This record gives sequence, C-alpha cells and structure tokens, in this order.
Amino acid sequence: MRNFEYQKADSVNAAVTAHAGQASSFVAGGTTLLDLVKIDIMQPERVVDVNGLPLYDVEALDDGRLKIGAMVSNTDLAYHPTVVEKYAVLSEALLSGASTSLRNKATTGGNVMQRVRCPYFRDGVSACNKREPGSGCAAIGGHNRSVHAVLGTSEQCIATHPSDMCVAMAAIGAKVLVTGPNGEREIDFLDFHLLPGDSPEKEHALDVDELITHVVLDAPIEGSRSTYLKLRDRASYQFALASSGVIVATEGNTIRDARIALGGVGTKPWRAREAEQALIGEPATEQSFKKAAEIAFKGATPYEHNAFKIPLGQQAIVRSLTHATAARA
Amino acid sequence: MTDKIQAKIIGASKPRIDGPQKLRGEAMYAADHHLPNMAYAYGVFSTVASGTIDHIDLSKAKQMPGVIDIFHHDHFPDLYRTPSSFAQENKVDETRLPFEDGKVYYPGQFVALVVADTFANARAAAYAVKVDYSADAEPIATLSQALERGGEPKTAKSSGHSRGNPDSAYESSTNRIDVTYVTPMETHNPMEMHASTASWENGDLVLYEASQGVIFARNVMAKVFGLAPERVEVRSPFIGSGFGSKLWIWPHAIAAAAASREVGRPVQLVVPRQQMFTTTGHRPPTQQQIRIGADDNGKLTALTHDSINTTSMVDTYVESTGSCTKSLYDCENLRVSHATIGANHGTPTSMRAPGAAPGLFALESAMDEMAEKLNMDPLEFRKANYTERDQSMDLPFSSIHLMEAFDKGAEKFGWAKRDHAVGSMRDGDEIIGWGMAACNWEALKMNCDARVSLRADGTAYASCATQDIGTGTYTIVAQAVSSITGIPLDKIEVELGDSSYPSGPVSGGSWATATTLPAIAEATRSAIEALKSYAIGDGGAFAGAKADDLSFDDGKLSDGDGKSVAYTDVLGQLKLANADGEAHTPGAPQGEYSFRSFGAHFVEVRWDPGISRLRVSRVVSAIDVGQIINEKTSANQVEGAIAMGIGMALFEATEYDERSGLPVNNNYAEYLVPVHADQPDSVDVILLDHPDYAFNEFGARGIGEIGVTGMAAAVANAVHHATGKRIRELPIRLEQLMSA
Ligand SMILES: Cc1cc2nc3c(=O)[nH]c(=O)nc-3n(C[C@H](O)[C@H](O)[C@H](O)COP(=O)(O)OP(=O)(O)OC[C@H]3O[C@@H](n4cnc5c(N)ncnc54)[C@H](O)[C@@H]3O)c2cc1C
Ligand code: SF4
Repeated sequence: MRNFEYQKADSVNAAVTAHAGQASSFVAGGTTLLDLVKIDIMQPERVVDVNGLPLYDVEALDDGRLKIGAMVSNTDLAYHPTVVEKYAVLSEALLSGASTSLRNKATTGGNVMQRVRCPYFRDGVSACNKREPGSGCAAIGGHNRSVHAVLGTSEQCIATHPSDMCVAMAAIGAKVLVTGPNGEREIDFLDFHLLPGDSPEKEHALDVDELITHVVLDAPIEGSRSTYLKLRDRASYQFALASSGVIVATEGNTIRDARIALGGVGTKPWRAREAEQALIGEPATEQSFKKAAEIAFKGATPYEHNAFKIPLGQQAIVRSLTHATAARA
Repeated sequence: MTDKIQAKIIGASKPRIDGPQKLRGEAMYAADHHLPNMAYAYGVFSTVASGTIDHIDLSKAKQMPGVIDIFHHDHFPDLYRTPSSFAQENKVDETRLPFEDGKVYYPGQFVALVVADTFANARAAAYAVKVDYSADAEPIATLSQALERGGEPKTAKSSGHSRGNPDSAYESSTNRIDVTYVTPMETHNPMEMHASTASWENGDLVLYEASQGVIFARNVMAKVFGLAPERVEVRSPFIGSGFGSKLWIWPHAIAAAAASREVGRPVQLVVPRQQMFTTTGHRPPTQQQIRIGADDNGKLTALTHDSINTTSMVDTYVESTGSCTKSLYDCENLRVSHATIGANHGTPTSMRAPGAAPGLFALESAMDEMAEKLNMDPLEFRKANYTERDQSMDLPFSSIHLMEAFDKGAEKFGWAKRDHAVGSMRDGDEIIGWGMAACNWEALKMNCDARVSLRADGTAYASCATQDIGTGTYTIVAQAVSSITGIPLDKIEVELGDSSYPSGPVSGGSWATATTLPAIAEATRSAIEALKSYAIGDGGAFAGAKADDLSFDDGKLSDGDGKSVAYTDVLGQLKLANADGEAHTPGAPQGEYSFRSFGAHFVEVRWDPGISRLRVSRVVSAIDVGQIINEKTSANQVEGAIAMGIGMALFEATEYDERSGLPVNNNYAEYLVPVHADQPDSVDVILLDHPDYAFNEFGARGIGEIGVTGMAAAVANAVHHATGKRIRELPIRLEQLMSA
C-alpha cells in the first residue's frame, strides 16, 4: 500500500475542492477502494474522506419519490421502513449482496461506484483495457465464467457491473444527484453507468471531482409488487451469476406495467426494456414470462465459459415474475 | 488400566479448555508477536509461471521510506537444503531454498523480499520492485496441459499395489464399467495466514511459526542453517488451522529467519492471502481411471484404479488416491497405481485426507455407477462386498464396524424409503436426490515423548511438542491426565506447540490423538510411581511400605489397609514441589493387524431445475473411529469435514489461466468455499464408539480426516439420483446440470 495524502472533508463543497483531479479518490465505506489500494490496483495520491458529510438521510419527497443520501449504508437502506414497504426489490437486492459486515460499511454512493470483479483487472499484470487502456482484454479467451457478461460487452471489455443494489435502482428508475466544481447536476440512473465500448476505462458519467450526494428513487408504480432473485453457486456471499429485479402491476390477471432489470449478465446494471414492453397487456402466465425472458437476452454474446448465463438469466426472470405475480395468501 | 481410562472423563463432551483464551484474544498466534525492534518482511512474487529473472530493479524501492534491505537471488546468504526425510523428522515438500537461483518455476514464487520498519512500508516498497523476466511462452498451467506436453509421467512405485490378475479378470467380467474422474487443484485456506516471526540471539534461532509440526520445523531450520537442533526453538502454541498446509516448513519461514539474521533484528513475515494459493502448498489436480468388474450377484471380480496428479517442476508429490481402494472392498483382482507429472505450480502438499478425499470421490462414484448398472441398491452393493480382512496387507482389520455404520446411518437417514428411479422424489419446485458413500482412513500412530507433573498445589502439568491446531488436543490431553489421576480438568495445565517440550508428533494424518495420549498416560503413571517412591521414603506418608502395595486413585495414595493420603499432602509433607514422570511410547504395533477407520455418509440434495439451484439439505454420517475421547470435539471434526466435503463437491477449484499460467481466483471472494448459508438444514453425526484396544490403550484411532472422505461422492451420487447427470469432474457446477 502506497502512502497517500489524507483529508477529511466537513462539507460537500470542501470535499469537492479537496478532491483535486484524477489522482484523488473519495473514500466512503472503503470496501472497494481500500481493497484495491492494498493490492496496488488503485493508487490514489490523495484520499478525501467523505464520512461525516451530512448525507445520511432517507427522505420521502412530496412528489412520492425517495431521496437517499450517498452515505446511507447498505444495511440502513435495506431496513428502512419505506424501502421495505414500497421498494421490496431494493431491500432484497441489498440484502443479497456481500455480507453483513460489508453491508454495514458499504454506502449508497460507494455501491454505485464499485469496480469490476474481473480477476485480470485485479491481478495487476494481465492485459486489461480497464486498468491499462490499450493493453487488451485477457478475459476474452480466458476465465470468464462468473464475473463476465453476455449483454453490453465489447471487444475491449466484458466485465459485469457487480452491484445488486444498482440492478434494483435500474428497475425502479432513479436520478443520481451530484455536486462538482461547477455546482449541482442530475444524471438519470440509466445513463450513469457506461457501456465499455472502446473505452472501458470510462465507467460512469461523473466528471473528475464530482461527488454523488444522493440517489432519488422514482415514486413506486401504483399497485405494483416487486422482488429480486439472485442466482449463484453458493447460497450467500457471492456476486450474482445472474439476477433479476422485477416490478409488476397487474389488473386482474393482465399485466398493466412491468420493469425488469438484470444483474450478473450485463456490463452495466441492465434494464430489459423490450422485454418489459412485451409483457404489458399480456396475461401473467409462465408463457408470457418465458417470452419476455427470451426477448431480454436477444443479441446476447456468450463467451468461452459463460454461455449458461443466458438460460440462467432467463430462469431468473421467469421465477421472479412468477413470485411477483403469485396469488398471496 | 482400561477400566480407569474408561472412567467417565474419556468420551465425555467437554468444551475446549483453551476456549476462553481464544475468546478473550489472549491466545497468541505467530503474527501476534511483535518483538522489540522488529522489522517486517514482504515478498515480491513472480508474475510469470516459468522462466528466468533477467533483472531486478531496486532503484525506486530502495528509496522508499523505512526500507532496511531487499533480498533476492544475488543477495541472500548461502544456506543448506534439508535432506527432507520423514524418518529423520526433517521433511519438507518444497526442497528448493528461497532465492537459490534466478529461475522461476511457478507463479507466486518468492523472487525478492523487502525488509522495512513497518508492514505497510515493506509492502509499498515490494510493489515498487520491478522484475524483468524471460518468460517461457508455454507454461504448464493445468493437468491437461501437462498430459499434452509435459513429457513422460513418473510412476510412483512405492504407493502402488497389485494382486491377482486385475486386467484379465476385468476383461472377463460379466459387468464392467471403465470411467475416468477428474478432481481440481484445491487450496487449504486456513483462516490464519502462514506467518513467521524470527529472532536470533547469540546464534540461536527462535521462530514463532504457524506450524502443525514444531519438531519437524525445528529440525528443518537446523539443517538449513547448519545448526545443532538444540540451537533452534520453534513455537506454535496456537494456529488458526492448517488442513495440512502447515505440516512442513515452506520457503517463507526460511526467508524470514535468514533475513532476520542478516539485518540483525527480529523479522516478521506474513504470507499474503493471494500467495497462500500458490506458495504454501495445495491439493494437486488428479485424473483417475477406475475400472470395475462385477458378477450378476454384485460381487466384485476386478478393480483397477490408476491415477495421475501434477507435481511441481522441482519436487515430487504423490496424491495417493488409491490408498483406500486397496482394501475397502473384498476383491481378489485389484490394482492401484499412481503417477505424477510436472506443472508450473508450487509443490503440492497434504490437504485434509490426502489421497483419500479425491480417491474416494472416484471409487465411491464408480461404485454408485456399478450399482446402477447392476440395478442394485447402492448400499446393498457395498454390503455385498464387505470384508473384514485387509487384502492388500493380508491382515485382519483390528476393529471394523462398517456394517453398523451402514445400518445406523441408513436408518437415521431413512434410506429404505429411497425411490431408486432418477428424479422420482419431488417437493414443490425441487427434485430431491439421495446418495451415499463409504468413508475410510488409515489409522496411524507415531513415536511420542511426554512429561507430566503432579504438583503440590493440587494441579497437574502436562507437556508435549505436538500441537493443538484448533481440534481440541489441549483438552484431550487434560482428559487423559484426569482419567488416571482424578484431577479435574480445570486443575490441569497443558502446554503444547514448542519444540523444547518432549518430542511429539506433527498434527496430521489423524494420528495426534492415538500417538499423544498413550505417552501422556504413560508419563502420568510414571509420575505416580515417582510419587510412590517419595511416599515410601524417609519421612514419607507411607514410609517403609512397598511401592507395589500402594495404589493411586482419585488423587489419593492408599495402602491395602485403609490408609489414604491425598497426593498433595504426600508432597507437602516432604516439602516437594512435584512428582514428575516422563515417557516414550512407540508407533503402532506391526504385523498382526491392519488399522483403519470406517464410516458412511448419507446425503440429500435438492435441485430446483427452474432456477438451476443445487443445495445440500441433509447429511447423516456414521463414523467408526474406535473410542471417542471427547464427543464434542469429535463431532465437531466430522461436522467440519462434512462442510469441507460439500465445498469439494460443489465449489472448490484453484484455477490457473491456460495461457499465462497465472492464478485466476486466488482470493476469498472468488475461490468459493461453503459459507454458513450452505450448511445443510440438518447434519447428524453418529459416532459408533467401539474402542480398538489392539491399536492403543485408549482404543482411539483419530477422527480429523475421515469425515472428508467419501463426502464428495455421496453428494455427486445424490445429484445423479436427482438429475440423472453423472458428474465425473469436480466441482459440480450448475451449468453441468442444466438441461442440454
Ligand atoms: C468480498 C466482497 C463481496 C462483495 N459482494 C457484493 C455483492 O454480492 N453484491 C454487491 O452489490 N456488492 C458486493 N460487494 C461490493 C460492495 O457492495 C461495495 O464494495 C460497496 O458497496 C462500496 O461502497 P463503499 O462505501 O465501501 O465504497 P468505497 O470503497 O468507499 O468507494 C468505492 C468507490 O466509490 C467512490 N466513491 C465513494 N463514495 C462516493 C461518492 N459519494 N461520490 C463519488 N464517488 C464515491 C470511491 O472513490 C471509490 O472509487 C462486495 C465487496 C466485497 C469486498
Ligand atoms: S473484461 Fe474488462 S476488466 Fe476484465 S480484463 Fe477485460 S478489460 Fe479488463
């Protein structure tokens, strides 16, 4: 671990000012940043500690939306009464992630910004366009079973965005509020994470020195039910091989509105819009779910070891839709 | 003595006597020692799998804060290799010394060592060392690559066995299967990292080492530094488990001790988690061909088990997968053979139930396959081939209760209700599969010394240079002393894990219990004899009596005439601090019996095909290991082994990139082991508890490893019952089970 300059910020503006350029990093829970600094993959020269900024509140807005401070921990968010009641998909997604102790430290802002789990990114020597632009992508043709995508990949990078929380947020719809040297702005959640394309080193829409202050969730869909299903080898403490966050509103047995987002299969938190469209107006039956699941993976690109993620992702969609529409006792 | 030993304390369910120390954080592990003026070492590890070092650039690293020295192959003291002999107690698995030359044989090999004033400074400087290599373009990263282009395999002659005419008998068998099983490389992953804290004083070395064998470690360090063994002391009073990876000294300990001598300060070196996958041993990958011939009644007519595993480019390690196959079932025509082939990996080593764990995955899967072919209940098929004689040694087993294990396990599990048709048992979205397998492990016993003191203050003290690796050795040693003296456990102080104590066994092979307890018992009796000699001497409580007329019971010496004196009073009266006894006990008796342990696992899995989810939901294991010394720690060993067996079946595999030869999943997030949520809803361990007095006076054979054996096969057989898929390559992954 290299030495770095450390500064604790006492206000959002001070944090932004202290964060002076590329060589700086904010640190929140530190569960991504410090891990990567310890193995010499991230090498910030200056670390700005944002713990202590007044960003710990979860606030219900008058328009029905929910405003979440960037420093709210994954645990607190998962158990927040409004989240439990109105955004089950988010609560379940959070609780399926990492472990209790990690969730206690991990923050909302940090989770949005977590880095990929690709082993070639983390080994420090293999070809990796994300770590060293232009060096190539060792994951293609290498070990790409668990943390590599089938949707949104490019010839330059195929790593999944590993977050569970973000999948739920993609399904719900949200805005990311950020503050930078030029003031505040708002980024649509679905535009926040970038596809790798030709520049996988560029992972998100934040400008240098911009700080996430809040994530504002869209108001819940009237009369909807939601759930998150994460599939993996072991029962806990593993990133998704495939996951599905769904929100469904039915009228009788007909689907009035639907949201589907996927994890573990895409290079960003993946919203399956076409699949959603295919569901609306259809009966809530296994047949409709299967059709939507098929559409969701249209154009998916399997790699050497992860072709199974296509049927697995489809199973996740079908089962989670089945749960979200099942008759309740 | 037997009835004394069977007094209630032996077999009782006792919590670990060292538990409170661990709970309070008072138990000191190797890296907990921060000696005055200590420096910290951090390795620079090879980032190529094979090749030579062209140049090491230290210019930047040397300027970094706190750096004291940086060692590498051009700057390291000349040391000696150890002869690496088990008989001489100086064995290691990796014989090459660190920094011996500029060659790289595996990724993760030490290529330099930075010593600095703090751990963080050492690590930062290690990252700043730049090493240029000439890397081989085609390193050998896997067993299949080794088989393709690794040259001729080397046959391991000593571990093979053949009887009858296995090949011709196989060819003429009515029913035959010929199947090949593949097991991956696995990594021990004890919680506690490998660590060495070394210091020198007047040319003597003291080493705090995370070690499962302090005597071997001391002898190795003495050989390597060219010292008399008395000048080296290795301490390992507590270790955070080892599973075999801490049995023998690895290069890091030598590097730490050498660095300490060179810089003239104590040095601590902790092996980082990543390098614990590459640099401190592993269970090598195996490929095992099994052929079984059987007649229509389900009687085995031929069995062959031919196995190959990778070893490193510098040492030969044989994974003796056929070690149980030789004698588990009755079969006149049988062969087991082992071979090795080099790969660019560190040297493999024993991992819990070496040989038997991968070997019984293959054998017990194949037995299931044959039972299916014969249309027989897999349990009945095994019973039809039961034997009470070890045909490989031509000796009877000293004690075998495998039939009872089969029956009690089957009854508790409800095996009789099994519908043998594949996929026939369902529960909602899930298909239930039931599978079983036998377990088996050799019982071993080594030479051992021990010392016991009965002290005037009413306490006793026992010491032996074996170790408690978390399994409960401290506790059972105290139980052994208590069983003979009647002194309660909380008055018995036990010291283990220091090479200056009387010579004890490595904590491996499941032999620590069978080896240590008889020596402790003998030393206890010898202390009692010393006490008697004091008592009958001038001024003694029984002055003038004959030692033979005195007996010791419940802390008291008695003559035949109704006089009893507490031993504390015997000593107090003479102003003596204690009565000491020492003992030496030999290895297992040879030539009359084959000593082995037995058992059976019954496993239920649940497969949800709608979401491709596989979970182990229920396990019943019946285990026959002779006398149980401590029910709590014994059951705990088997329960832990079951968890490890589930890991072996479903999760564990250390992977290397086939192109670069570099490790891929060398961390705790990506190398999967079972977590709490993977533990079955119900685990029943049945301990049969039939003492084996032919083996030792306690009748105990040891329980550390047997529970892992057969477990992966039982899971795989249950998976087959649920899904119809026969998975012959571990780990079983969901994509192998998803419909084609
Ligand atoms: C072993 C392990 C298992 C895990 N398993 C899962 C899992 O199953 N599912 C899952 O979803 N996640 C998992 N995670 C990831 C975990 O959720 C993230 O590490 C965590 O959410 C990051 O939050 P943090 O506050 O600790 O971020 P930090 O480590 O503090 O920061 C992460 C990054 O975000 C930046 N950052 C932090 N806050 C802000 C801000 N307000 N504005 C702008 N930038 C900011 C930092 O500069 C840094 O680059 C796992 C992590 C580990 C170590
Ligand atoms: S998948 Fe992305 S992160 Fe992984 S090696 Fe390729 S470029 Fe790097």
